[in-house]
Amino acid sequence: MQEYRLLSTSGLLGYGFPEASLAAGMAREPHMIGVDGGSTDPGPYYLGSGKCVNSRMAMKRDLRLMLRAARRNRIPMVIGSCGGAGGEPHLQTVVAIVREIAREDDLHFRLAIIHAEQDKHWVKRQLAAGRVKALRNVPPLDDAMIDRATRIVGMMGPQPYQRALDEGADVILAGRSSDPAPWAGCATRANLPPAPAWYAGKMLECGATAALPKGHDCLFTQVQANGVIMEAMNPIRFCTPFSVANHSLHENATPCFHIEPGGLLDTSECLFEAVSDRAVRVSGMRWTDQPYTIKLEGAELAGYRAITICGTRDPLLIGTIDEFLPSVRENVAVKAAAFGVAADQYTLVIRTYGVNGVMAGWEPVQHTQSHELGFVVEVIAASQETANAVLAIARVQMLHVDFPGRLCKEGNMAFPYSPSDIETAPAYRFSVFHTVAIDDPCAPFPIEYELI
Amino acid sequence: MPRIRDIAKACKSKNAGPFEITIDVVFDDPALFRRVRDTGILGPALFARLYRVAEQDVLFTEYPAGNAFKATLPRLVASGDIGDTDVYGAQQHAPLLDVEIPL
Repeated sequence: MQEYRLLSTSGLLGYGFPEASLAAGMAREPHMIGVDGGSTDPGPYYLGSGKCVNSRMAMKRDLRLMLRAARRNRIPMVIGSCGGAGGEPHLQTVVAIVREIAREDDLHFRLAIIHAEQDKHWVKRQLAAGRVKALRNVPPLDDAMIDRATRIVGMMGPQPYQRALDEGADVILAGRSSDPAPWAGCATRANLPPAPAWYAGKMLECGATAALPKGHDCLFTQVQANGVIMEAMNPIRFCTPFSVANHSLHENATPCFHIEPGGLLDTSECLFEAVSDRAVRVSGMRWTDQPYTIKLEGAELAGYRAITICGTRDPLLIGTIDEFLPSVRENVAVKAAAFGVAADQYTLVIRTYGVNGVMAGWEPVQHTQSHELGFVVEVIAASQETANAVLAIARVQMLHVDFPGRLCKEGNMAFPYSPSDIETAPAYRFSVFHTVAIDDPCAPFPIEYELI
Repeated sequence: MPRIRDIAKACKSKNAGPFEITIDVVFDDPALFRRVRDTGILGPALFARLYRVAEQDVLFTEYPAGNAFKATLPRLVASGDIGDTDVYGAQQHAPLLDVEIPL
């Protein structure tokens, strides 16, 4: 094939896109249409809890438009990392929406569902066989970390997508995937070389983010034997050599070297040329085959959390804040111990906006100039009941602890809410973030088919 | 002397995975990029000093294709873990804004 054309509707399923951009993209006769569904960016809660990062309503709106367009033109619709984290509950949420749309709109197709959640025993066997490596700044994996994880997903490469298409899929809904993998899979299956196919994937997974002005919108890409042409489908957005080159900086440790399942994409020698005032051709990317590894992502429960929000406008308190907060902390420890919760049974975090609420340990400003300070006081404990109890005591201490020179003797803090104490969802942390070497790129990612 | 906020087109931070934050300083044109590069100010030592991290922990890249400098640093707290202040890592760039570039 001389050229393979791909259309991405936006940076994430559920972010939305203008219908006119989709229509313009479909008029260019793409061979496939897709959107990336996933990200670790919103933090560990979604992988840990099984919740989707975007709403069902927003995902359904995007899916309906894409599905209708794909069926009308008889091209595959391909979505990776469904529901955000790409685990089983996330994938099943998106599958249920697609079934519902098909029923409502009388659409019929062969659906492939590619699973990405990994069995813990399998992960332990890989670890024991010496096939697991930690990514940079991550501690080594052990069996206890695997046991503690509420969920572990594997990040698939392009091969499971290719297999699903080989086996007749019209619509592919997949769990966690390397973001460019669905696009790279489709283009390399059409016999285009891996370098431009992966490069295109890296652009398409973010929709029109590579264009100026940035926005959640459609990107159309032509993959050719020795390069990629990119164009935003909304007439207000322009791909320029500068905007496209700069997109390689996005959420990457380096803009030039991208490790993917089965190889390394090297963009250090890329050439960026304007094809028109709104389209850019990129060439010179290189792909080197490497031993096949996939990334594993897991999250574990950190505890149950309760928070309260308050603020002070008292200059005398602001002037003594560095002594006041430790004093609150000590009072909380005494009061909590009195009802049977020892200091090692909870974590108390006091965030001080106006001092270092945003940068914490990286904040270079030593002395606040603020006339008011905002606090988010947070307690994490092994049960919600304990977190609530300690948080309630912390709230009282913030309000009433004495400090030298205190004039505001009725209360130190303004609380904006009643109830002032808020139970949040359980807190999770990313724990497993490792690679595993595998022999068969499809084996960890079983495919189910459904005639709809 | 101009500061980065006076001459850069972008100065931004973001997660590069949950365990690292990447900071980009981007200029408008290749000539300005080269002049800034030639001052030698934007390098691993600057990021090590501003963020109080060891210089060998700063992964620094000059990226002429994008008229950009990039530094990736290990996070003090992983994204979303207890005590993290910036889940997306999008507000860690400010110390760079006032760095003076002797052009």
